[in-house]
Amino acid sequence: MKKDIILCGVGGQGILSIATIIGEAATKAGLHLKQAEVHGMSQRGGDVQSNLRLSTETIYSDLISKGATDLIISMEPMEALRYLPYLSPTGTVVTGSQPFVNIPNYPDINDIYAELDALPSVEKLDIESVAKDAGNPKGANMVLLGMAAPYIEIVTTDQLRQAIATVFERKGSEIVTANLKAFDMGVESATKN
Amino acid sequence: MNKKLLLGDEAIALGAINAGLSGVYAYPGTPSTEITEFIQHNPLARQRDIKSQWCTNEKTAMEAALGMSYAGRRALVCMKHVGMNVCADAFVNSAITGVNGGLVVVAADDPSMHSSQNEQDSRFYAKFALVPTFEPSNQQEAYDMMSVAFDLSEKMKVPVVMRIVTRLAHSRAAVAIGEAIEQNEFNASNDRWVLLPAIARQKYVSLIEKQPQLEEAAETSQFNTMEKVGGGKGIVACGIAYNYVKEAMGNSANILKISQYPLPQKAIKQFAADCAEIIVVEDGQPVVEEDIKKLLGADYPVRGRLTGLLPRTGELTPDNVAAALSAETTTPRDPAKNLAPRPPQLCKGCGHRDVYGALVKIIEDYPDARVFGDIGCYTLGALPPFRALASCVDMGASITMAKGAADAGLHPAIAVIGDSTFTHSGMTGLLDAVNANADITVIISDNLTTGMTGGQDSAGLNKYEAICRGLGVDPAHLHVVTPLPKNIDAIAQLIRDEIDYKGVSVIIPRRECIQTAARHAREAARKKQA
Repeated sequence: MKKDIILCGVGGQGILSIATIIGEAATKAGLHLKQAEVHGMSQRGGDVQSNLRLSTETIYSDLISKGATDLIISMEPMEALRYLPYLSPTGTVVTGSQPFVNIPNYPDINDIYAELDALPSVEKLDIESVAKDAGNPKGANMVLLGMAAPYIEIVTTDQLRQAIATVFERKGSEIVTANLKAFDMGVESATKN
Repeated sequence: MNKKLLLGDEAIALGAINAGLSGVYAYPGTPSTEITEFIQHNPLARQRDIKSQWCTNEKTAMEAALGMSYAGRRALVCMKHVGMNVCADAFVNSAITGVNGGLVVVAADDPSMHSSQNEQDSRFYAKFALVPTFEPSNQQEAYDMMSVAFDLSEKMKVPVVMRIVTRLAHSRAAVAIGEAIEQNEFNASNDRWVLLPAIARQKYVSLIEKQPQLEEAAETSQFNTMEKVGGGKGIVACGIAYNYVKEAMGNSANILKISQYPLPQKAIKQFAADCAEIIVVEDGQPVVEEDIKKLLGADYPVRGRLTGLLPRTGELTPDNVAAALSAETTTPRDPAKNLAPRPPQLCKGCGHRDVYGALVKIIEDYPDARVFGDIGCYTLGALPPFRALASCVDMGASITMAKGAADAGLHPAIAVIGDSTFTHSGMTGLLDAVNANADITVIISDNLTTGMTGGQDSAGLNKYEAICRGLGVDPAHLHVVTPLPKNIDAIAQLIRDEIDYKGVSVIIPRRECIQTAARHAREAARKKQA
C-alpha cells in the first residue's frame, strides 16, 4: 500500500507542521517515508508545497510523479488547483475554502470553486472559522489535517492524534489540547468518516 | 539499529559528527544551510566543542577548514554551489597542498534554480581540482558516505567533495544511525604546505600520481553498483538520478549507479560491452555524459541531456526520467484554468520594503538612475510592486557594478546590498570605490541578520559604521536611518542629497528583520517563563 500526498499553501500557513505530524505518525507505524520540502526564498509569501510519500514498500523518488497523487491537502483553494496535473484520476482534494489574496490578479473565487467542484472527490471548508470556533485561531492547519485524516488511510486518525500530542509536547499541554480539539473538529467536518 | 527521520542535509551533518568531526565552516546558502544549523544544535557536537560558528564567506570557511586539517583534525566545509566560485582559489589549491586531518567539502547544487542564480554543477570543480566526489542517491547514503569520505581523504591526503542537490538536501527519510567514533587528536602536519613554484610542481605531480588509486577506489566503491537483467539498454544513473530511474523501471533495467568519482572507467566499459546503448541520467549538467561519450568512442550510442533525450536544463523529475526511459506513466490532468502565479515577496512590515519605497521615488525623480542589486531577500525589490533593480549577479556585485557604471558615465549609480552580503563580498569593492572616489551611493540595508536563509548571525553585526569609516568613507557622507513607512520621504531626501555629492556615500537603513525579531521575542518570553 502507498499514499502519495501533496501538502500546499502559501508560505507561513503551517503546511510543514502538517507534514511533520503525518511523518511522525507514519514513522511510528513503521512505514517507509519520504518528504520533500521547499526552503529558502519561496517561503516568503509565495506558493509552497511539500511532497509526502508513505508506503509499506521501499520508496525511491523523493518527488511524486504527475497523475499519481492520491491526496492534495491545501490550506488555500487556488493553491489546491496548482497541483492538478499531479492528482491521480481517482485522487482527492481536501482544501481550506478561504482565499489568501496577496497578489493583484487572484482569479474569481467562484470560478476556483467551480473548477474544484468538477473534480471527482473534493472536501472544502472554511478552516479558519472552524479554528476560531475551536478557540484556536492559529489551528486552521490542524482543522485541515483532521478533515484530511479519513483520506490518509495508511495511518489512522488515532495515530495522527497521538502524533499531534508527540509533536507539540514540547510546547505544553494547553497547545496539545487546543490542537487536538481543532483536529477533531476537522475530522467531524469531513464527509467521509 | 537506531533510526531517525532526517533531511539529507541533517544526515550529512550527523554523519560528519559521528565520523569524528572537529569543525564545520560555512556561510549560509540554500540548500546547504541546515547542515551547519544541525551541528550547531546537536548535543554531542556541543559536548565535543565542535567548532560551528558561521564564517564571513565561503573562502574564509574553506581556508579555516584547511587550517584545521593541517592541525590533524577532521573538518567540514558546506556551501551552496555558487559558494564554490567564492572559495575556488582555496579549494583548488587545497588539492595541491593535500590534507592532514580529513577534509570534506559539501557543495549543494540547485538544479532548476529554486533559490539560486544559476545551476552550475559542482562535479566540474572536483574534476578540475582532481579530487574525488561522493554523490549520494538518498539520505542513508548521505549519512554513510561521511565516514567513508573522511577516511578516503585521510588515506589519500586529498580533500573530498560531497555533491548533493536540492531534492536530497531538503527531503526527509528514515536513516539508520551508527555509533560516533572518537575525534582525531591534535597532530599538526610537519609537511610544508608552501606553494612556491618549486614545491607546488612536486605536489602537483604527486596529486596526478594519486589519480589511479582514486579511480580504483571508485571501481570498488560500495556506492557504485551494477544491476543487470540482460542486453539492450543500459542506464548510467548518477546520485539522486538513481531514484528516478528505479521509480520508473523497478528491477527491470540494466543500471550502473554512480555515486563515487572519478568515474569508474573499467566498470563503465564492462557495462557498455554488455549493453547495446547507454542512457546517462544525471541531475545538473551533462558532466558524465560527455566523459562517457569520450570513453566509449564515437560509434557507441550514448544518449542523455546532450542529445535531447532529457531536458538540457532544469532538474530531473520522476516524469522527465520516465519519459526518457519510455516507462509507463499516467496521463496527467490539464493544468487548472483559474490559477495565477504567486511569486515570493518581501514580508509585510519588512524594513527592505521601506528602503524600496524611498528608492522608487528616486527612480521617478531621476529617469537615468540605475539601482544595482545584490543577493538576499531584498533582491525581491526587482519584482512588482517595486521593479527597482537593474541587476543582481553575485555576492557583492552591487557596489562594484555601480562603480564600473559610474566610471562609464552613469549617474546616479546606486548600490543596494544587505548587511551579511556586504561583509561576505562587498567590503573590498567599497574600498575600490573609495580609492577611486567613485561617484556612487551605496545603501547597506541592515536587518541585523542573514535573512533569506532563515536568520543566521550576520558577521558584521554592530560593526558597519566602523567598517565603512575604516575603509575610508567620509563620515560626513555616512548615515544611519530607520526604515519605517513614516521615514520614507526623509530617506528619499537623504538619498537625493547624497546623489548630489561627487564621491562615495553610504546610507545604512537599519531595522531588525521582522522574522528574527519575532523569534527573538519568543526566545525572550521562553527565558522569562523558565
